[in-house]
Amino acid sequence: MISLNGKGNSVAPVFPPGVNSLVRWSIAGGVVLVLTVVGLASALYWSPLVTDVNVAKEQPVPFSHHRHVSANGIDCRYCHTTVETSSFAGIPPTETCMTCHSVILNDQEMFKPVVDSWESGKPMEWTRLNDMPDFVYFNHSIHIDKGIGCNHCHSNETAKIEDMRLTVKAQTFHMSWCLDCHKDPSQYIRPKDEVFNMDWEPGSVDAKNSYEAFGVANQEELGAKLVKDYNVEVEQLTNCSICHR
Amino acid sequence: MAIENKDHKDLKPVAPMIEQPHTYETISDAVGSIILSKPQPVGWHIMLGIGMFLASFLGISVAYLFLNGTGAWGLNMPVAWGFAIVNFVWWIGIGHAGTLISAILLLLRQEWRNAINRFAEAMTIFAVACAGMYPLLHLGRPWVAFFILPYPNTMGLWPQFRSPLLWDVFAISTYASVSILFWFLGLIPDFAMLRDRAKNIWVKRIYGAVALGWRGSARHWHRYEMASLLLAGLCTPLVVSVHSIVSFDFAIGIVPGWHTTIFPPYFVAGAIYAGFAMVLTILLPVRSWYNMKSLITDYHIDNMAKVMLATSLIVAYGYICEAFFAFYTNNQYEAFMMANRFNGPYAWSYWALIFCNIIAPQFLWSRKIRSNVWALWWITIVVGIGMWLERYVIIITSLTRDFMPSSWGTYHGTPWDWGIYIGTLGFFVVCMCLFIRLLPLLAVHEVRISQHNMTGHDHH
Repeated sequence: MISLNGKGNSVAPVFPPGVNSLVRWSIAGGVVLVLTVVGLASALYWSPLVTDVNVAKEQPVPFSHHRHVSANGIDCRYCHTTVETSSFAGIPPTETCMTCHSVILNDQEMFKPVVDSWESGKPMEWTRLNDMPDFVYFNHSIHIDKGIGCNHCHSNETAKIEDMRLTVKAQTFHMSWCLDCHKDPSQYIRPKDEVFNMDWEPGSVDAKNSYEAFGVANQEELGAKLVKDYNVEVEQLTNCSICHR
Repeated sequence: MAIENKDHKDLKPVAPMIEQPHTYETISDAVGSIILSKPQPVGWHIMLGIGMFLASFLGISVAYLFLNGTGAWGLNMPVAWGFAIVNFVWWIGIGHAGTLISAILLLLRQEWRNAINRFAEAMTIFAVACAGMYPLLHLGRPWVAFFILPYPNTMGLWPQFRSPLLWDVFAISTYASVSILFWFLGLIPDFAMLRDRAKNIWVKRIYGAVALGWRGSARHWHRYEMASLLLAGLCTPLVVSVHSIVSFDFAIGIVPGWHTTIFPPYFVAGAIYAGFAMVLTILLPVRSWYNMKSLITDYHIDNMAKVMLATSLIVAYGYICEAFFAFYTNNQYEAFMMANRFNGPYAWSYWALIFCNIIAPQFLWSRKIRSNVWALWWITIVVGIGMWLERYVIIITSLTRDFMPSSWGTYHGTPWDWGIYIGTLGFFVVCMCLFIRLLPLLAVHEVRISQHNMTGHDHH
């Protein structure tokens, strides 16, 4: 580390020994650091911490879809009345709850907010789970009308909407997730009368019954047929203005 | 002397490349002492003060812009691109002189570039930084600027690869990174020179750290030469490609006055023209404040003035072609576009442009004017204004009066437009001042090569 000045005299070293290897290692370290930061940031961005998938939120009453749907067999449309006709599926008014709960559970502490709402006339304030950004014009009715089932968006492998004891968001609702179907809806489309069948998904027992009924072998053939029969114009499904108006 | 032309005694240069007597030692002294020992001249302090004052306009205007949106600018249909794109193209163009000097003139073995390439390259980098601000500010939401990069995203979307605006992103970012790399590479031996000359241990350490352990061994020099040749090779297509792609921003569109194939070459020539004008605008005063006349001699100034004259003629050819195409195509929209430039509401800008870019530089045919620093300096200022007007004319006259009279309109920059423009000028000047203060103004080792070539081996 002895350097020479112009006159050939030795001068004091500028850096202590070991700096050279520090510099060499910091090159590799820098690459590792950048890769780690990018990897962690992207893992975080896709994790439930950001997407809220499978995360139960605080609600005024611990409402259970499992109890109402799987156990009691109530149809989706009994509460979500406008799902077939409107952009918004509809959150039931307290009156809907009270059709049964005027005589069931109404003395329980956990049910008190519903009774309070009934008595005061002030609607329940639920915490919204599936919230689209304001620049997305999502419409439930068109999806129901073209054969996209409830469980396709509101269930996933681990959380089925009909079995949720506390309700969670089941899908990321990222734009890439929307586009997966909008680019090729034949992957998921089902007969209209199976839309509210929570057990129907491509390849399931109920789906195989549909394939048989339509005289096709698999989802690919059924999808192609239904897309045609239901007049789904696939080319226009990826126009920006289909969702962003 | 290497620069003497033996066949044409009459064409002797106006001055030698380095005014003698100089030795390797005095060259290092002249450059190193600016940073390490001498106090800065009054001119530097005045320039820094003016630069900081003007740069404060940038801060205020940008803050106002972020609080109020791009409506603060004079943008409205049909002119959705105003000062932001005018200034962007102007600044990018100014940068080109540095790349031309550092890359193409190196490959062409134009030795006179040695004394000015460091300065011109610094100017390139700061000009690109100024240019880069405008597209980001024009987004209105600069924090989502990363949307223009192709990266795997939750939207499942790629940017529009068919858009020249995306090509801009790649062209400019490549240009900026290669320019910085080339500049830094050239600085390494000079950083080592400063490290060895500095007295203060911390100054030694700072310059030592950026010198990356340079000891000037034969192996170091061999690798250095190889790397700079490779980078020069990489930079050379960039001189042509970057401004060609910038011209595509217009030429790919179908607006009358934009949709022409002459745009890429005429933009590149204009860029070099504006760049040399800016180099001279700053170099002339700096050379005098720092008594650098023996290293940056009248020979260099004369050559740069000649490059300006040549590029002004190419640009003039471009203007003539535009008018000729309008006549020759017999297309009513093109013809109207030209008539509108000659006579329309923005005719003042067209005629000012012709004066600044074509008439004013014709004085450079005279050797007397080329060697009169004041006359030359004023011409460079006029050319700088002219090149700004060129982009103003292209954008404003074409957009305000395109195909349908029902969609015609007017455009004028607001005080906030001017604030940002003046602000980037200030930012640029501050950057140049810091560069002069902290980094070697001349590539010492390259000037020493010129000294060696002029005086031979014995004279040290």
